[in-house]
Amino acid sequence: MVATDPIHGLPAGQDPRVRPTLVEGQNNFTTVTQMVAGIPEQPVAKTDKLWIALFALSVSVLGMLGICLAYLIHTGVGVWGNNNPVFWGWPIVNFVFWVGIGHAGTLISAVLYLTRQNWRTAVNRSAEAMTIFAVICAGMFPGVHVGRIWVAYWLAPLPNQMSMWPNFRSPLLWDVFAVSTYFSVSLIFWYMGMVPDLATLRDRSTNKWRRAIYGAFSLGWTGSSRHWHVYERAYLILASLATPLVLSVHSVVSFDFAVSQVPGWHTTVFPPYFVAGAIFSGFAMVLTLMIPARKYFNLGHIITLTHIDVMCRILMATGMLVGYAYMVEFFMAWYGGVMYEQFAFVNRAFGNYWWAYWIMVSCNVIFPQLFWSRKLRRNLVVVMLVSITTNIGMWFERFVIVVTSLSRDFLPSSWAYFSPTWVDMCTFIGSFGLFLTLFLLFIRFLPFVAMSEVKIVMPAAHAGHGDHGHSAAQSGAHNGETRHSTETGHHG
Amino acid sequence: MADSKATTPARPYGLVGLYDNVDALLAAARRVRDAGFTNWDAHTPFPVHGIDKAMGIKATFLPWITLTMGLCGLAFGIFGQWWVNAKGYAFLISGKPMWSLPANIPVAFEVIIAFSAFTTFFGMLALNRLPRFSHPLHRLDAFARVTSDRFAVVIESGDPRFDAGQVRGLLAIGSESVVECPADDSRASLPGWLHGIAAIATCLTLIPLAMAYRGRHSTSQKPRYAVWTDMSFQRKVKPQQTIDITVGGVPLFADGRGARVQVPGTIAVGQPFDDMELRYGVQVNAASPVGLEPGASGVPDAPWLTGFPAALTVDSAFLDRGEQRFGIYCSVCHGVRGDGLGSVALRAKDIRGARWGWIDPKNLQASATVLRKNGELFHIAGHGISTMKGYAAQIPAEDRWAIVAWVRALQASQAIDSKRAPEGDYRELPIGLLEFTQGGR
Repeated sequence: MVATDPIHGLPAGQDPRVRPTLVEGQNNFTTVTQMVAGIPEQPVAKTDKLWIALFALSVSVLGMLGICLAYLIHTGVGVWGNNNPVFWGWPIVNFVFWVGIGHAGTLISAVLYLTRQNWRTAVNRSAEAMTIFAVICAGMFPGVHVGRIWVAYWLAPLPNQMSMWPNFRSPLLWDVFAVSTYFSVSLIFWYMGMVPDLATLRDRSTNKWRRAIYGAFSLGWTGSSRHWHVYERAYLILASLATPLVLSVHSVVSFDFAVSQVPGWHTTVFPPYFVAGAIFSGFAMVLTLMIPARKYFNLGHIITLTHIDVMCRILMATGMLVGYAYMVEFFMAWYGGVMYEQFAFVNRAFGNYWWAYWIMVSCNVIFPQLFWSRKLRRNLVVVMLVSITTNIGMWFERFVIVVTSLSRDFLPSSWAYFSPTWVDMCTFIGSFGLFLTLFLLFIRFLPFVAMSEVKIVMPAAHAGHGDHGHSAAQSGAHNGETRHSTETGHHG
Repeated sequence: MADSKATTPARPYGLVGLYDNVDALLAAARRVRDAGFTNWDAHTPFPVHGIDKAMGIKATFLPWITLTMGLCGLAFGIFGQWWVNAKGYAFLISGKPMWSLPANIPVAFEVIIAFSAFTTFFGMLALNRLPRFSHPLHRLDAFARVTSDRFAVVIESGDPRFDAGQVRGLLAIGSESVVECPADDSRASLPGWLHGIAAIATCLTLIPLAMAYRGRHSTSQKPRYAVWTDMSFQRKVKPQQTIDITVGGVPLFADGRGARVQVPGTIAVGQPFDDMELRYGVQVNAASPVGLEPGASGVPDAPWLTGFPAALTVDSAFLDRGEQRFGIYCSVCHGVRGDGLGSVALRAKDIRGARWGWIDPKNLQASATVLRKNGELFHIAGHGISTMKGYAAQIPAEDRWAIVAWVRALQASQAIDSKRAPEGDYRELPIGLLEFTQGGR
């Protein structure tokens, strides 16, 4: 393959017509399979000590979550710091935080798929898994926030003896539909993408139990090209469905706020602002998880520095979108001329919660600016630190939105300062236990990287690039429809 | 191959050519396609660019299935929301229209996506005839690498053009090896005893459903079984209970009785039992009707008071009080005119509440009620009848009498035939009734 354009002399990797090297090192289909499948194939008895230590920690934190939830359900929501008028408090802050993180996975899988960003193949599987686990954590919070969780099924439009139905004109109900649809579609997308890789694990397994379990979940996949044809089309359709879905979910979450009349919430900028924030926080979490994982599993040739670099650029771009939204909010408050709106925003930056506001601005707007430098984008310590501060900043963004607005609503007599209780804090920390437990189980027992998709973006996957028999090159048969658009004309 | 065919009674599943690169696979696929085979396939670890054309695979119609189901999702999402909020359970929110499309777009959108996505996934499985856990190729050791780093072309022996020697030669070109895949003669179905267990388990799952169905169509005197008691059972002391509350280590009451006995040396004054007329609606010297078995009319047979208790003064202020209390406690079911058409009654009619044992509120102007004595009406207001609960706990006896007076006023005024009554007479109607008759409330 020609690495530079002979006419324009573009540097390697910059010519859009030349397939960039996505898998580095001397790798072929066999080594990719071994690298990825080797992780779940490790015998359980020989599980790495570090994994066991992390898992034990995560399960302990998960246990703390269980205790907090049991205490909450047994006693009632009064154990939280929620007060009048801050009825939403931390549970809803945490909900929006987690559901925002859950946006990067489907964005990487679907949006980058439709835009032919082949680099996504290295990270899409783990990002999708992250999405699903984050949405599980997210769904838990409104679930327990309703108070009497044993009647949480009232949210669903089920026929009942009261002949009552939910109110479909309420954004809170839209949210129920948006998040549950998002979860189920993401799960389908993730699982369907994993079926061929589960078949690989099935066929490589030497243990009877593993063969039976992976066999059951791989649905008898044989790699038939006739099956691949339908599968590829189904994948394309799912990506096309998931793309508007991922944009809609956080828009709907933002309606929970924007459709109300609380000053500081009632703004039309919320849907795009929330979606940008969600992508921002999601990519930050992907980086936070991926950088240690690629080192730990020695996947540096598949999840390369170029991948990290690209994600840092997305992080910076979305961070600036979010920063722009912060400015627009202030502008609109001034330009709109509504005194309550103006008060709300001045109060955000300089009121009781000024510290939260400035943590948010530093983490989300200032720190990502480091990524203008290519050197820093490829410095894993810097990237790791910025991704973590972004996660912190995005949590504070939701805190600022929920708490500052509610604690200073229309009725000054009910103004109150919100303080969380230990149950609030332990539940939030515990949700990380849930998330990490699921994620550790995923990286231990399921294919961490989409092997079949990584193989497609390797040069040997395309006719005329193999070391053997060029007999296929004589025909122009490469023009059939496939999901990878890279040029065929340049291979000759 | 002809030999092996002769020696083994079962025909093999087919022949498998294995290749180690994409070019050889594509070339083999083209050759097999051009030779006119139909029962064959190429198996690859990833979707190979250009294989569809090399094999002559026709475009799947899965997108059309998805489109159809997506449109069904649209119809279901819109119709469902319309039915639920504009028809089945119409309720007014902030004066907004009962049905306006913009508010229903988000949920309709999510329903479309959910329908389409599930259809796509399960449609993909159905079109590929998956899951299929038992496949002859899974039993071939050499085939195991096809999901990792090898490529295979499989021609089934069921193909009309299948000729072992010729097929072997065709597949061999550029191949790593050509192997025969034996037919799968293992038992594919589950053992019979498992079917028995499944059938019994299925029947058992119907029991809770049957009990739920029975529960919906019957009434019960027992309190409902509460997993979570909510506020049905509260921590409080009732008169006949003992208490063990301590204050600073000292029992609140030494005798531990919930009901307190009269303080020694005192005389009870103004107990609610002193005036039979006022408290029970029966004549003086009669026994209390409370606790007696109800008669045919729904209330016990007792010497009911026909007028009003001597302790009360029936005047316009009394009627005013009755009107107001009636409006608060009674009108939601019986209607402001006492015609039995209150909003609860209308709603119950709407949802066919009779299915669950609901009995329509009475029309208080009807003769059955008119003929009841004042004491009976008072008793019903306090103790209830059929599905009406007793309001003695909410409404003091004096106010229940005021309500009875107002009911009588309604009966008197509403029975007027408006055609025969002169126009001006309406202004002479009992206090406050003018607003009712003109729909003011």
